[in-house]
Amino acid sequence: MTKAIDILSGVLLDETTHVGVEELRTLCNIPEEVLAEMVAEGLLQPLGTQREEWSFSGPQIHRARIASRLLRDLELNMAGAALACDLLDEIRELRRRVASLEHQLGLRR
Amino acid sequence: MEYKDYYKILGVSRDATQDEIKRAYRKLARKYHPDVSKEPDAEARFKEINEANEVLKDPEKRAAYDQLGANWKAGQEFHPPPGGEGFYRQEFHFDPEEAAQFSDFFSSIFGGGFAGAAGAERGGRSRSYSMRGRDQTAKLLVSIEDAYHGATRTLHLDVPELDDHGHVVNKRRTLKVRIPKGVTQGQQIRLAGQGAPGIGGGPAGDLYLEVDFQPHPIYRAEGKDIYAALPITPWEAALGASISVPTLGGPVKMKIPPGSQSGRKLRLKGRGLPGKPAGDEYVVLEIVVPPADTEEKKSLWKALAEKMPFNPRAKMGV
Repeated sequence: MTKAIDILSGVLLDETTHVGVEELRTLCNIPEEVLAEMVAEGLLQPLGTQREEWSFSGPQIHRARIASRLLRDLELNMAGAALACDLLDEIRELRRRVASLEHQLGLRR
Repeated sequence: MEYKDYYKILGVSRDATQDEIKRAYRKLARKYHPDVSKEPDAEARFKEINEANEVLKDPEKRAAYDQLGANWKAGQEFHPPPGGEGFYRQEFHFDPEEAAQFSDFFSSIFGGGFAGAAGAERGGRSRSYSMRGRDQTAKLLVSIEDAYHGATRTLHLDVPELDDHGHVVNKRRTLKVRIPKGVTQGQQIRLAGQGAPGIGGGPAGDLYLEVDFQPHPIYRAEGKDIYAALPITPWEAALGASISVPTLGGPVKMKIPPGSQSGRKLRLKGRGLPGKPAGDEYVVLEIVVPPADTEEKKSLWKALAEKMPFNPRAKMGV
């Protein structure tokens, strides 16, 4: 007999999803000071000026999680993690453009 | 269980210095970090590299590993020496979060006690701890149609869990997940509490599903916008026409302006992936020339050439 499986609904981390400092801190498993450093470095750009007002969108959550893993796993400093995140974004954009051009040239369908 | 050759994993010789080990680990960690690497097996390799480094970077653990001898081959069936798991009866220290995902081979040497309630009894320590399970990330292959309409998808995930003895065992989990309308390539869906189970009563981690669009024969997505190449005849291009165009919501009529050329991009507003605002569909015209495969067709093309002289290479001066 097969067990009925519930349908799980997740939270889509898009531009309409926002979390505050405490929730982002928990999602990334980092102390608040590290989160504040990410903002100070320009790695994250929250809405709101004061720390207690900060609000982070879905794509910012994704970026913060990548940065926190890079900080931990590769022992990068904050400037290095910010640079890596920017370069990863750029690589993603370039790959997207290559795929788009290949498509236009009929190299990829 | 299989023997793991930690030296081979890091690509160093058995007499490598600690500096050589550190350099090799750093280089491989950058290459196979799952957030950076495009290698298909990056996550598994990264875990393996971390496990090897955890042992070889520490002279005490390295010495314990070396005592197994140099004659073992990677992948060879391994039976721990008598004395049971953690046979060195020595207390090794690990970051429990890291150690929780190391292999069975690892725990057979260094003890499973590092992970979970069982650990509280080892080494005379009475301190028990609980730990949140690890977050996990998996790719979610989604068709463009499913992204447009929304869908549910059944997933099978191999989740490493710890059994009662602290051994790592892979358990297959089946999940049914709702794909919300309007998801785009690379977006993540967070399923709270669906990651790796916690240890010592700690809460489970989260599961992050990363949307990856399957290639589609007609459409290509860029964010919420959809692109489709639309074949048209030379006379539709020259004279203009009202033709049927496929969209994700069903065919619609679209006007081709007279004098259109291949590559011309026409926009169908709001016909892309849903959202606020919805994306657009861009139709890229592609003039297709009918084959001159009969005498009659050949004479029609010849008549056209005679009556309508045209040099498309005039700008090239030839």
